[in-house]
Amino acid sequence: MTVTIYVPGDSGALALGADEVAKAIGEAAASHGADVTIVRNGSRGMYWLEPMVEVATAEGRVAYGPVTAGDVPSLFSAGFLSGGDHALSLGAPDELPFLKNQTRLTFARCGIVDPLSLEDYEAHDGLKGLRKAVAMAASDIVQTVTDSGLRGRGGAGFPTGIKWKTVLDAAGPQKYIVCNADEGDSGTFADRMIMEGDPFVLIEGMAIAGLATAATKGYIYLRSEYPDAIRIMNAAIGIAREKGVLGASVLGSDKGFDIEVRVGAGAYVCGEETSLLNSLEGKRGVVRAKPPLPAHEGFLGRPTVVNNVISLASVPVILDKGADYYRDFGMGRSRGTIPIQIAGNVKHGGLYETAFGLTLGEIVDEIGGGTATGRPVKAVQVGGPLGAYFPRALFDTPFDYEAFAEKDGLIGHAGVTVFDETADMLKQARFAFEFCAIESCGKCTPCRIGAVRGAETVDKIMQGIEREKNLELVEDLCNTMKLGSLCALGGFAPYPVMSALTHFADDFRNNPFLQAAE
Amino acid sequence: MALDLSPDFSDDRIEAIVDEFSNLEGPLLPILHAVQEELGCVPREALPVIAGKLNLSRAEVHGVMSFYHDFREQPAGRHSVKICRAEACQSMGGDRIAEHAKGRFKVDFGETAPDGSVTLEAVYCLGLCACAPAAMVDGKVVGRIDEARIDAIAAEVRL
Repeated sequence: MTVTIYVPGDSGALALGADEVAKAIGEAAASHGADVTIVRNGSRGMYWLEPMVEVATAEGRVAYGPVTAGDVPSLFSAGFLSGGDHALSLGAPDELPFLKNQTRLTFARCGIVDPLSLEDYEAHDGLKGLRKAVAMAASDIVQTVTDSGLRGRGGAGFPTGIKWKTVLDAAGPQKYIVCNADEGDSGTFADRMIMEGDPFVLIEGMAIAGLATAATKGYIYLRSEYPDAIRIMNAAIGIAREKGVLGASVLGSDKGFDIEVRVGAGAYVCGEETSLLNSLEGKRGVVRAKPPLPAHEGFLGRPTVVNNVISLASVPVILDKGADYYRDFGMGRSRGTIPIQIAGNVKHGGLYETAFGLTLGEIVDEIGGGTATGRPVKAVQVGGPLGAYFPRALFDTPFDYEAFAEKDGLIGHAGVTVFDETADMLKQARFAFEFCAIESCGKCTPCRIGAVRGAETVDKIMQGIEREKNLELVEDLCNTMKLGSLCALGGFAPYPVMSALTHFADDFRNNPFLQAAE
Repeated sequence: MALDLSPDFSDDRIEAIVDEFSNLEGPLLPILHAVQEELGCVPREALPVIAGKLNLSRAEVHGVMSFYHDFREQPAGRHSVKICRAEACQSMGGDRIAEHAKGRFKVDFGETAPDGSVTLEAVYCLGLCACAPAAMVDGKVVGRIDEARIDAIAAEVRL
């Protein structure tokens, strides 16, 4: 009988040698005369254990990790094909505390199924949401999503159901569902993981969005930095079309929906929805003024839903299990679950899906296990390059849209990047301006000029030139950018700068580098 | 001496690529990607051909091409090394790795080595933030990259 072995094909696992491990297992199996099937699953999201190999045994799946190609001979000698003990044994993956304590709704299948097997997808509750949706009136689908309390997971946190209702009510010869898969924020990888590990859930979510708004065409705007996600997503769309999930008749209904992947070209600002739409139209990725809202005049001037990958991938479970089921998780106005991505200098980096409400301290210290270097945590940047740096003093902040906003921060796409005590916050503040200058689309003055002047002014502070005056200038400039920029790039770049200045004032005034300069 | 690496191509070939995508809604990015895939860059001489076929001005096509970091006017080196310079990688010593790479390849970011062996580029996030610092070498992802790995890559690309 053939033994099924899972070796992740997730690009995080590939970056740590998963292809070499898969090859070594294949070769060793051949030389041992063992009959094995190697499935390239997604990642379970525990990157310190990747590549994590799982073997399907009679007693369930048994995990080993982190495995290198060099470990493969000893795994075979230890009888890992029947779950034998080895130094790298992790036991049943579902029992590992990092996984066991999660609430996986959106990522329920990620790392478990074969990403390109629609049969596997259906065997694990896939397509149940879409089957319900094809039998529902569009307005009822929208109502269900509204009732679930789902808010845009891309960062802005706008209620998904309200956006859909606007598009449903808008008149137009053609409407579109555009999936924003331009996941450019450092510290985030949830979109990549779901597209590589469970692409059908995104396809299903987009198809439901299409039925809910009478849109028949969907685009996934996927960044070019994710070649593995592009390949897997395209393959999954091909399969979905072949099996009648997509096409002129969605699951045999009289409604059609199809999806096309469009590849970005390395511009961070295209993660902003109006810039993304311009890029999709084949223009420079320049931000558009709002109004008009994309829901009224989006792609090619037609009514368009623009949703993040995770927002769309959360829809199938809401349709399947009901709005109440989803809404019962979470706190305050942040309902449901959020896939927190723990990244940077952290011992247990990975993806942790849980209900809103954990404190930042619990995420970093308990789940993340502190820093990878073993040094104390100095700062945590939440929400990507435009998110604030939080000090330990704010570790009691619950992970919730409003709670973070209250502390002058944002949860954004839920990336949490940990820095140890060696981080220089003056340098990080400079980088925030520098990055904004590199990636600014150039449309509005506060962002285009402000970012450049900001970096120059921080340079002066670094050189000890009129420090107090220049610190004041930075603050003033941040205010102008925050209030005067067209989009979140210029509008939010002040968050990392001001939070660094506020919470780590010492780095700006008593930095050893500064004293040396004076 | 600057090496002229401009690829040879015919207008017919560019027109054929445009034709392949012209039925798409908003075809310009897919066209530019396809041209670069085939020629290794988007040569200046290709822009008027694309513009003519799409009924755009040459300035519009140039504007789009030059907006995006991915598109290049000159072909890259035989090997491509992209190193992530974003925050999660910074937190794990990414700046140190970047400096080491510059010294090892003897080029700055955005430059191609004079012998055409390698192009070093900065990239802002590869989504490998839980196994930082990260890089992409000839399209393949590499996590937890260190000085030794850079040295090994340098030895390979200089062969």
